[in-house]
Order: sequence, then structure tokens, then C-alpha cells
Amino acid sequence: MATQDTGKTRRGFLVDMARTACGVALLGLGVGLYSRQAASLPAEALRPPGALAEDDFLGACVRCGLCVRDCPYDTLKLSELGANVANGTPYFIARDIPCEMCPDIPCIKACPTGALDHGLTDIDQARMGLAVVIDQESCIAFHGLRCEVCFNVCPVRGKAITLDMLHNPRSGKHALFIPVVHSDACTGCGKCEKSCILDEAAIKVLPVHLAKGLLGRHYRLGWKEKEQAGGSLVTPDTEHSYTLPEGMRYDYEGRGLITEESAGAAPYGDDPLETLKRGRGGL
Amino acid sequence: MQPGKHPGSDAVATKGWWKAHQWLLLRRASQFGILGLFLLGPLAGIWIVKGNIASSLTLDVLPLTDPYLALQVLLAGHSLEVTALIGAAIVLVFYLLAGGRAYCAWVCPINIVTDAAAWLHQRLGIKRTAQFARHSRYWILGVTLLLALITGTLAWELINPVTIVYRGLIFGLGLAWGLLLAIFLFDLFVSRRGWCSHLCPVGAFYSLLGRYSLLRVSAVARSKCDDCMDCFAVCPEPQVIRPALKGEAQGVGPVIRSGNCTNCGRCIDVCSKDVFRFDHRFDNSTSKPIAQKTEVMP
Ligand code: SF4
Ligand code: SF4
Ligand code: SF4
Ligand code: SF4
Ligand code: SF4
Repeated sequence: MATQDTGKTRRGFLVDMARTACGVALLGLGVGLYSRQAASLPAEALRPPGALAEDDFLGACVRCGLCVRDCPYDTLKLSELGANVANGTPYFIARDIPCEMCPDIPCIKACPTGALDHGLTDIDQARMGLAVVIDQESCIAFHGLRCEVCFNVCPVRGKAITLDMLHNPRSGKHALFIPVVHSDACTGCGKCEKSCILDEAAIKVLPVHLAKGLLGRHYRLGWKEKEQAGGSLVTPDTEHSYTLPEGMRYDYEGRGLITEESAGAAPYGDDPLETLKRGRGGL
Repeated sequence: MQPGKHPGSDAVATKGWWKAHQWLLLRRASQFGILGLFLLGPLAGIWIVKGNIASSLTLDVLPLTDPYLALQVLLAGHSLEVTALIGAAIVLVFYLLAGGRAYCAWVCPINIVTDAAAWLHQRLGIKRTAQFARHSRYWILGVTLLLALITGTLAWELINPVTIVYRGLIFGLGLAWGLLLAIFLFDLFVSRRGWCSHLCPVGAFYSLLGRYSLLRVSAVARSKCDDCMDCFAVCPEPQVIRPALKGEAQGVGPVIRSGNCTNCGRCIDVCSKDVFRFDHRFDNSTSKPIAQKTEVMP
């Protein structure tokens, strides 16, 4: 711009500055908004082991691809411009090439920025995602067929996926061997999703925040608390007593309201609501 | 330069084609050579250099990291592993020696495209061009750093054509060719030298480094200048030449000290009088050219 060279007026210079400032501010706003939008990672794209939480990852990863280069299984890819993963960042798609969980974790070692946490040295502690048997209508184990492929390929075998034996109500005499994923052991490597025998995997690795629910913090599971404490926490385990009409009693933990046969009282009261309240045990 | 002639034709006539394109060819060799080193791995399985322009590892020992990116990471609130810190320090020191924007002229692939656009712009004789203030790039640089600070992410990296294209060439282009085309068309039809010399924040970052860098172009034999203006015509940042070339009367030394100079050496190529050469920034005394002046100028 000729501003400096031709010695325009001071006013012209200020107008010029203001124009630049506005243009640049708009650019900044645009890029800022775009960056918010680009920060959403599609559920099927998984980050390499040790990746920081997504927000942090996008601030720490310089998109160099050194992790990609050092992955011996070509698992990782750098997102290309126009793909729906934040441009230039590394990711993998479990159903294409899952992570083989290298014991020496070369991808983390290669990362110069710490976007992949160098504190992670045991690959079993990686949490790239969490497998979920997401389609129980299609998984053939739920139809009573023996499959268990996901169970068998899992590198954390027997811990990340267990087989729960259930009664098969259809045949009446067989068992169902249901794959159940355990979040305390699943690394999200995606081997199960890759090898699910269906045309579209019934077990899928999802980002942990999508896969996991969270019990309200105030919830206490009574039986667990009891087990932990080695006895009831409500001291003493009180006898429940109810004020009931004559000839009736109440079986807490059991059948509910019971009308003693001997009493011979009329089972129906005047108030229909009363009848309902008595329940079946009262009839 | 006479009408019908192009900048540099005098130099070709007096020095020969090769000599008049010496630095240009060396530069292209450097740009393609570096890209070639990166591509040798994925294409031929010869892993001399891994990674890309953002951060790389050469022969498994030499880490290099773009200090501009490292700065953004730090502003986004993250620490870097030692590898990246060392890598960024090496690159910083290198460009402090070789000239900040030597990055632009000798490494960056966009430069090839914008040079081509500027060349075509001249050949087609396009007159109309939008003007951006040359200081816009520093504003944009400021905004990119601010974005890192505010968003906590490397927001600029989502659209930074320099890294996107380089990464694209090595890891898969995606739509990055569109970005390249856009810059070419922008420079050709919208604003001559618009991107690299007015807007690119990466260039702005290296311009700031260039203010202190050692290797500089110097108009040592400025007294021989016959005002053909060829150097001004080929220079991507022509405003940097004037003080050095014409500043003798004001007692300004012959070294081009502006950080905007890309150390491309094209002025050295196209000058038929061999006014320019590479020098270091401290060789900036005014006495020598004045002594020569009396001999050469008629
Ligand atoms: S752990 Fe191994 S297989 Fe998995 S992403 Fe890293 S390098 Fe690739
Ligand atoms: S090595 Fe680290 S900084 Fe480089 S792309 Fe992979 S995660 Fe990002
Ligand atoms: S993702 Fe699948 S295979 Fe991998 S650890 Fe989890 S359950 Fe096992
Ligand atoms: S591999 Fe697929 S079909 Fe087989 S048990 Fe696992 S989820 Fe079900
Ligand atoms: S100004 Fe930017 S795009 Fe142009 S050569 Fe320099 S770094 Fe590359």
C-alpha cells in the first residue's frame, strides 16, 4: 500500500488502519467460529492412544504426522482438507484399521508436542474410546448363536469383553453367550469392531463420553455400601411395622399386603381405591 | 527497461541466461529438494525426513519445529515436549542466521505459486489490482495468535494454506489444491502479490525474525545503478530496496535491512550492473560505495 510512500494525509492513514482492523477482525471472527464448528469430532473417528481430551488436543497437536509415520500398522491417518475431522489431525477408523496396541506405543514416543501424553506407558491404560455392543438386534449372540469373535480377538481378552451366560427363552433349553464390555478394561482399540462378523459391526467403539452414562453422584447402591461396610449402615436393621386393619399384614421384601385367610373379612371395601391399594395379595 | 522487454532481459543479455537466473534456480532446487526429502519416505520408503513442515525428524536425530506453531501451542495453554522446544529453537536460530523470510523464498511451496501468479500478472499486463496495506499481515498475525489464546486451539491451522498445502503434498492433498488455486487466482486477478506480500501471517512472523537476521542482500555497488528498475519489478517486496539502493545521499547503508526482504536474490539475478550481492547485516558502512561513485558515475 502506498500509504507510507506517498505521504498521504494523517486522516487517510487512520482510515486505512481502521479498514485493515475491521477486515482483520472479521477474519478473526470467521476463523474463530469455524474453529468451534471444526472441533466436533465424528463418533467413528478415534484419536491415537494417549491423546489429550479433544479440546486440549486441538491446542497441542501441530499436525505434523510423526505419530502417523511411526505407527507400524498404518492405523493412523492425518485428516485431509475437506474431511470432517479437524484438518490435519491424526485419527483412525476402527472398522478400517484398528490400533494393534503396540506395547512400546511408538506413536506416543514420536509425538513432539505432548498432544499424545508421554505419561502413558502402559498401552492397557489407553482409552481411545469404549466398545459398545450397540446393535443387540443384529449381534448373532443375542439370537442364541455361538459367535464370540469380538470376545476372542480382544487384546485385553476376558477383561474388556466377558461372555455372560443367559437362558435362551426361544429354545427353552440352550444358553445365550452375550458379549458384555467393561469400561475399566476396554482400551478402545477397535479390534472387536474390525472383526465383528456382521456386514455392519454390531459392536462399535464410541468416544467415551458418548458410550458412558453417569450415575448421579448422590446415588448409593445399598447392597454395595452394606458389603463395603461389612454390615448394615442403618443400625440396627429395624423391624418394619405397619398400622393395618385387623387380619392383615404386610410382607416387606415379599408379597406385600396379605389378608389372613382366618380373618374372613370382606375382601372388598366400599372405596374402590382401597381395593386397588390392597393389591393382589389382598384378594 | 525498454518497452517490449521484460524485467531481467538486460541481465540475460549481459550475463547470460544461467547467471541471470542463478538464485531463482537455486531457490526452486531448494524448495523442491526439501519437499522431495519429505516425499522420499512415503513414495520410495527411504525415510530421511519424517513429518512435515510443521514438525519433522531428520535421520531420527534432528528435530525441527515451526516456531510460529510452537508459539501458538504455548499461547493455547499447552507445554511442549523437549523435542519440539529444541526443534523450534534450531529453526529460530537458523532463520536468524539465514534471514527470516528465507523461509518464504527457499522453503515454502506457496511461494512457487505466488511467484508464478506475479510473473503471469506482469506478462498479461494486468493493470488493475486491489490494494491491501502491507501491514495487514501483522494484524492477521496478531489475530492468529489471539485466536490461539482465546480458543485454546490452533484455530489458524484450520485454514493456514502454508501448512495445509505442505501437509497435503506429503500426506494426501484432499481439497488443498483448491486452496492453492484460490491463492493463485487471488494473486493473479485480485491483488498482485496480495497473499505473500500483504496478508500471510506466516510470512509476517518470519518478517519479524528477519529484522534481526544476519544474512542480507546488499546493494554494495549501488553507485553503478542505471535506474532500469528491473529489481523493483521482480522483487516481491519492492519497498525494501529503495532505502538501500537510493539512500546514499541520506547516509543510509547499502544493506537491505527490512525484515520483509525474502532473501530470494532475484534482484541479484536481474541486475545487469551487478549492484546486489548477499552480505551480512553489519557490513553496512556508507564509505565504500561513495568512493566508487566518482569512478563509475559519469
Ligand atoms: S499403539 Fe501401535 S498400532 Fe496403535 S496407533 Fe499407536 S503405533 Fe499404531
Ligand atoms: S505426532 Fe503429536 S503433534 Fe504430531 S500429528 Fe501426531 S499427535 Fe499431532
Ligand atoms: S475396543 Fe474391543 S477389542 Fe479393544 S479392548 Fe475394547 S473390547 Fe477389547
Ligand atoms: S463379533 Fe459381532 S456378532 Fe459376534 S458376538 Fe461380537 S458383536 Fe456379536
Ligand atoms: S508469505 Fe506465507 S505463503 Fe508466502 S512464501 Fe512466505 S510463508 Fe509462504
